[in-house]
Amino acid sequence: MTSLYDEVAPTPAADVPTRRITLNVNGEDRTVDVEPRLLLAHLIRQGLKMTGTHTGCDTTNCGACTILFEGRPIKSCTMLAVQADGHNIETVEGMASASELHPIQEGFKEEHGLHCGFCTPGMMLAAKALLAENPDPTEDEIRWALSGNLCRCTGYQNIVKSVLWAAKKMRAESN
Amino acid sequence: MALDEIKIGGLGASRRRVEDNRFIRGKGNYVDDIVLPGMLHMELLRSPVAHARIKSIDVSAAWEVPGVRLVLTGEMMAARNLAWMPTLSYDTQAVLATDKVRFQGQEVAAVIADDPYIAKDACQRIVVEYEQLPAIVNPLQAMAAGAEVIRDDKENQEGNKVFDWEIGDKSATDKAFADADVISKMECHYPRSHPSPMETCGSIADYNRATGKLTVYMTSQAPHIVRAAVAMVAELPEHMIRIVSPDLGGGFGNKVPIYPGYVVSILASILLECPVKWIEDKTGNLISTGFGRDVYLQGELALRKDGKILGMRMKTISDHGAFYADAQPSKFKIGLMHSTFAAYDIPAAHLFSTGYYTNKAPGGVAYRCSFRVTEAMFFQERMIHGAANDLGMDQAEFRRMNLVKDDMFPYRTAFGFLTDSGQYGKCLDIGMKAIGYDTFQAEKAEARKRGKLLGLGISTMTEPLGAGNSREYDILGIKMFDSAELRIHMSGKGILRTGAMNQGQGHQTTWAQIVAHELGIPAEDITVEEGDTDTAPFGMGTYASRSTPVAGAAVAMVARKVRAKARKIAAHLLEVSEEDIEWELGRFYVRSNKERGVTIQDCAMAAYSNLPDGMEPGLENNAYYDPPNLTWPFAAYFVKVEVDPETGVWDVLKVVAVDDCGVRINPMVVEGQIMGGLTEAYAMSSMQYQTYDEEGNCIGSNYMDYLLPTAWETPGFELYEVVTPCPHHPIGAKGVGECATVAGPAAFVNAVVDAVGHTGVRNIDMPMMPNRVYEALQTGKDISGMPPVKMGD
Repeated sequence: MTSLYDEVAPTPAADVPTRRITLNVNGEDRTVDVEPRLLLAHLIRQGLKMTGTHTGCDTTNCGACTILFEGRPIKSCTMLAVQADGHNIETVEGMASASELHPIQEGFKEEHGLHCGFCTPGMMLAAKALLAENPDPTEDEIRWALSGNLCRCTGYQNIVKSVLWAAKKMRAESN
Repeated sequence: MALDEIKIGGLGASRRRVEDNRFIRGKGNYVDDIVLPGMLHMELLRSPVAHARIKSIDVSAAWEVPGVRLVLTGEMMAARNLAWMPTLSYDTQAVLATDKVRFQGQEVAAVIADDPYIAKDACQRIVVEYEQLPAIVNPLQAMAAGAEVIRDDKENQEGNKVFDWEIGDKSATDKAFADADVISKMECHYPRSHPSPMETCGSIADYNRATGKLTVYMTSQAPHIVRAAVAMVAELPEHMIRIVSPDLGGGFGNKVPIYPGYVVSILASILLECPVKWIEDKTGNLISTGFGRDVYLQGELALRKDGKILGMRMKTISDHGAFYADAQPSKFKIGLMHSTFAAYDIPAAHLFSTGYYTNKAPGGVAYRCSFRVTEAMFFQERMIHGAANDLGMDQAEFRRMNLVKDDMFPYRTAFGFLTDSGQYGKCLDIGMKAIGYDTFQAEKAEARKRGKLLGLGISTMTEPLGAGNSREYDILGIKMFDSAELRIHMSGKGILRTGAMNQGQGHQTTWAQIVAHELGIPAEDITVEEGDTDTAPFGMGTYASRSTPVAGAAVAMVARKVRAKARKIAAHLLEVSEEDIEWELGRFYVRSNKERGVTIQDCAMAAYSNLPDGMEPGLENNAYYDPPNLTWPFAAYFVKVEVDPETGVWDVLKVVAVDDCGVRINPMVVEGQIMGGLTEAYAMSSMQYQTYDEEGNCIGSNYMDYLLPTAWETPGFELYEVVTPCPHHPIGAKGVGECATVAGPAAFVNAVVDAVGHTGVRNIDMPMMPNRVYEALQTGKDISGMPPVKMGD
């Protein structure tokens, strides 16, 4: 597939140079032709039609576009899609299974960790990366790990609680 | 058997939110998530300078970029009578500039192309020749003799003044000052702040030539107001306009006004006959859309030496930017600034306000506040703090002495508001206990030995929410009522629609709880819809904490109408007269025999299948609610800080928030709102502000310059609850979304000023960055954020 924006151009604008890349998204290999300048966030949102990854600030500050790149949280608005060639990425759409929410998703709902929901996918993925490394974080460790993600609604306290809730559940499940 | 209200998700249940189910899966539906077939993308070219005549615009190179479908300039808008549009404050605002640009970031041209990358490329190729004029970046420059007239487009506009406005009893106030033992003065600047929701503004305009219908998906907190405005501006019939607000990624007042981008996308869609999407980037949002605050505040309190406040007078000078586009009830030029001191028993007061145009972004929106109430309450609590110190009185006792007492309600304030309920003293007591007020002085002395300075700040206020009754409140003549429509299906499930517009408050969850409370239908059986003007009843939208006070009241009222009809059906089913029927949650029964009853669900089925003769089928209704008064929540906030005198850095040790917002529909959601508000209060007091350099360049145009607190800086909060039901709201609620943003900042400033107070410092303007605090400590002088603007501070 070609991931030109929305794939709706009435007539092709011009001979746009493209590169073929293959990346693994949420466990599934995807091969796409992209313009070299296309941002990874836009490939995910438009080309791959996964709109759970949001673009907030375009400058790597707000973290709404956070995804996991080889398991590590990165901001997909300042990475080119071609840089993801041959790599594994995970987006919010990959968190829940068909029948079950991820404990972090449950935690955000249980502890009212979101209001408008715009920062939520990025927050949850940053939290997922933290819990993979540190299954029993302190409140301060959570606050530090999420300090690359802005939220304007909640005041963070309930986000911290959400991650603590999830950590507890995940520890119980792994025992 | 009556139902357990908490179990069915009624009033008081901390029901988990319905909307979370989609957001946590990444399945929200924000405007940028919407893709329509054949959709094109629009990008705006913005002015790089603050004030300049446009000598020429050459768009020819932009047209040459492959994939460009349309380039629009002010001249082309003017040819269609669309170069200017009305603002919400009876002024005009340029859609695309024709004659001059009047602030940095003003919209100059637009490109519509196959994708946003191409549109951006083409914008870069537009050549605009500017002849720069001196930039006016504050009211002092604007009012100076001989200042360049920014709004030379307006006939009869001399100078840069927007308005003079006054309220109160001047002679009674003068007399109070003549009788005073002590006069306490205060002067502050409340800096410009941008609401900055995580999601920027955007729209998809979709004009269908075949049907003549215009659909606009857009980021609006008030879709019905937009429909009315588009009907006016674009001269389209109102029934041929459908405004849809999908999920909003926050609003905070920023998404109330109508912005040029929306209008241009609409025209582009009409001209191109295809959908046109415009998504603003963060810089565009920060430098061109509705800001909050930017007011200079001067005031005096007339005091008797025993501590009684005899009178208050206050002057404000506000900076409105290039267009007077404040989003507020039209009658009030500086919002509800005169709600200041509403919690205090003060016999006489006077307010004089002046507004000025400057070469800055327009706005003056109610940024998480009920129309300038944030400035009003901030200054009130700064004045109270200064006055208590001037009298040598304890901060809490000075407040207690002057706050309106429980037995004084209803209380008419000096400016004419009617406050109707509250337990101010009780809130104060709870907060003092929680913060450790009694032992604080000992703690402070002990910290001093360690070389640290402790400070404690209090802020108490009642604010006017829920604008409002139609006698006083309208926007462009449209009265500020709100509405709800409830339809119960035959199975007893239903759909509720309101004229409000959720942007994170959780209406889908909480409105259903009000229905559950009134009808006994489990909240999970009620779908809630908002934001589509084709289906939602007319409403004025969500801002100024008006949803629960106005739309929420309409929800209760419509449910009661539905219950009244169900009662008639119940009498028919039970074969008794209506007078013999009693109601308990979810069920009607025969008074003489409680066992004989029918559920609300039985009545719903009968409304479609077994009606009494002559009754109209169905079980649905609507309600328009015009509130009899504003609602008056009370808040008492306490902040304890530790200042490092070596660096001026201050740490928050404890924040205690006591809120009385009346009956709480969903305590979990209420607490979430309070914590969010406290964080914005902390943000404004510590780091978040916008300023401009001498040339009118916006400092704070991206998140590297415009600082917002992260989880790391943000303190923790301790919340306490007092409930004094609102006497006139159908379920006793008062609104809460903004209390903490309104009253919070003064608590932080009062705490830091208390910590450095031994040097004689009475005020440090926000944001209290370490350099300001350090300078205050070194000089013992007040730190002003007023112009001339200091660069790099």
